[in-house]
Amino acid sequence: MEMTSTKQKMRALSGDEAVAYAAKQCDVDVVAAYPITPQTIIVERFSEYVHNGEVDTEFICVESEHSALTACLAAAATGARTFTASASAGLALMHEILYVTSGCRAPVVMAIANRALSAPINIHCDHADSMVERDASWIQIYVENSQEAYDSIIQAFKIAEHPDVLLPTMVMLDAFYLSHTLESINVLTDEAVRGFVGTRKIPLVTNHEGRLVPFKLDPENPITIGPLALHDYYFEHKRQQEAAMQSALQKIREIHNEYEETSGRKYGNGLIDPYRLEDAEIAAICIGSTAGTTKVVVDQLRAKGVKAGLLRLRTYRPFPSQDIIQALENVEAIAVMDRSHSFGAKGGPIFHEVRHLLYDAPTRPQVVDYIYGLGGRDMPQTLIHEIYKDLERIAATKQIKTPVQFIGVRD
Amino acid sequence: MDSTWKFTTRDIAEKADLLMPGHRACAGCGPAVAYRQILKAARGPIIATNATGCMEVVTTIYPYTAWKIPYIHTAFENVAANAAGIETALKVMKRKNRIKHGSIDVIAFAGDGGTYDIGIQALSGAAERGHNFLYVLYDNEAYMNTGIQRSGGTPHCAWTTTSPAGRVIPGKPEFKKPISHIMVAHSIPYVATGSLAYWRDLIVKARKGLEVEGPAFLHALAPCPRGWRYDTSKTVEMARLAVETCVFPLWEAVDSEYSLSAPSKVIALKPERKKPVKEYLKSQGRFRHLFTPENEHITDEIQEIVDKRWKLLLKKCGMS
Repeated sequence: MEMTSTKQKMRALSGDEAVAYAAKQCDVDVVAAYPITPQTIIVERFSEYVHNGEVDTEFICVESEHSALTACLAAAATGARTFTASASAGLALMHEILYVTSGCRAPVVMAIANRALSAPINIHCDHADSMVERDASWIQIYVENSQEAYDSIIQAFKIAEHPDVLLPTMVMLDAFYLSHTLESINVLTDEAVRGFVGTRKIPLVTNHEGRLVPFKLDPENPITIGPLALHDYYFEHKRQQEAAMQSALQKIREIHNEYEETSGRKYGNGLIDPYRLEDAEIAAICIGSTAGTTKVVVDQLRAKGVKAGLLRLRTYRPFPSQDIIQALENVEAIAVMDRSHSFGAKGGPIFHEVRHLLYDAPTRPQVVDYIYGLGGRDMPQTLIHEIYKDLERIAATKQIKTPVQFIGVRD
Repeated sequence: MDSTWKFTTRDIAEKADLLMPGHRACAGCGPAVAYRQILKAARGPIIATNATGCMEVVTTIYPYTAWKIPYIHTAFENVAANAAGIETALKVMKRKNRIKHGSIDVIAFAGDGGTYDIGIQALSGAAERGHNFLYVLYDNEAYMNTGIQRSGGTPHCAWTTTSPAGRVIPGKPEFKKPISHIMVAHSIPYVATGSLAYWRDLIVKARKGLEVEGPAFLHALAPCPRGWRYDTSKTVEMARLAVETCVFPLWEAVDSEYSLSAPSKVIALKPERKKPVKEYLKSQGRFRHLFTPENEHITDEIQEIVDKRWKLLLKKCGMS
């Protein structure tokens, strides 16, 4: 195993800058992007690379996010490696095309700086924007810090382009906590990154004449992409997408492990990132940068002898069901932390998906939900301590007073 | 601006169609005819992209396709963004030596649905950025694929299902958006209007659009028997009458300089050849409601509007 982690350089970068830098190193062919706070630095930084000739990439300053993703999709269909970024309303504007991109099996990579959806308008950290797109057949990866943002963008190209996957991939980083905060990031050399992602290989498909041809727009081997498929064929297309999602579970793990060999860094097993969970009796589950704060709280509790742990979900789609069930095997009381909500439902999306899994567990733990941090409301250690205190009570009494709570909000 | 391409009728007849027969367009479909004509202008390798609409739906019903060339459809409002993505990918891939072809043309097709209204943002953006592609607007003057609803391209007082000829409001109250003039105002190198009734003019214009460096916009009138309510055998007649009445004049703008095309120029030089608009309106069921005593005055109003726009066009073409 060749460890090249000594060949890395330390740079002071914000999450946005780390994302742009990673994309820079991945030999992207086309970037089509539209600015939106707090992703703007990604596109600005990348524009600088382009205008200074530091990358051989065409940058299309499109007139909206809908066109941004469209142009990336069409460029990818032509055979290019493409990248874009958005957040909040911009991602919402792309909504229609998210489904089209995955339906066309285009391996577009997109960074999302998780920000609240309007109204009221709010530019701060909130997971509503990407959470609502979890049905769109995109691979979804949430990062805890800017180092992971850098690492995950690089992995994303390899995951998306893998012939067993061929699904667009979005990497989420929290607004401002990560996007705008300076961190010391270890970056690989250009050669190491290029060696890792390689050049995009176009898969072969059977065309309408029965020949095997590359799946791209090419006058040599014309194909039709994005047809009308009626009740007699649409369903099979979707079934294939689901099969690709299931294959992705293993591929994401494999590529994560390959990357660990190159960089020396890992994040759990690539799908989930458990923290002090092996013998935990009580545990919280969350995604994103809140995991960082929660790890501090867990350490404080452990120092006092409390068997607390944390399960951070890194890959959200495909949902790592088996890994989650296994990780939570011995936990008695679980608090899901949702930084988004499904209005009118009993709790937020992560609560739904995790609790649903635990229905089949041999011993069902107690599971409660905390909706927190909407619109960038800060989630300090004190509030997380309250959550763990609740969990201790629940584990002791085996009783849940309030299954779903909004925490940190004015009454 | 002249095209270097010289061709005879036989050349055109012998040139292979890039759109195969067997697609599901209606009998008498104007757009299907316009597509065949325009695609004859292809000069080499070409990639097509289509907005959602009649032609997209009838030519690509999985597992069949009528397209002999590479083709992509993504959504309704974004064909110009498709073209931008394709053109840009080709540019950079060529630079990185991943394409062996010398040059590949990009042609985007959309109906008036995907152009005037929902598609205008992407079109305007692509035009502003100067991508090298030909955008073909096949104008059948309503959202035909979804059932004949009005568009920005529907003419004044035409019946559509969302602008019906009612007791209080006789058809579409608004006017046809001057989309081609809007495209000229974008300062793109080539804009032209064409009609499938004048196929040579249309084909030459399509070729010029492909040859020019930068965005080109070709507005092709493509009558629809179902939506305009006329017999399926009369599509070419309608496309001709539109020009002869100056309802749809034929012109080009090369680097924003206007010039009339032959079929309309002949009318400018011999005004007696200009047919009354009533002849055009009377031939289509979508204007039938204008021929009642209460509504007859509207046909005079329409004649005034047509004359006014015609005069303005003549001025732009330096032919007052």
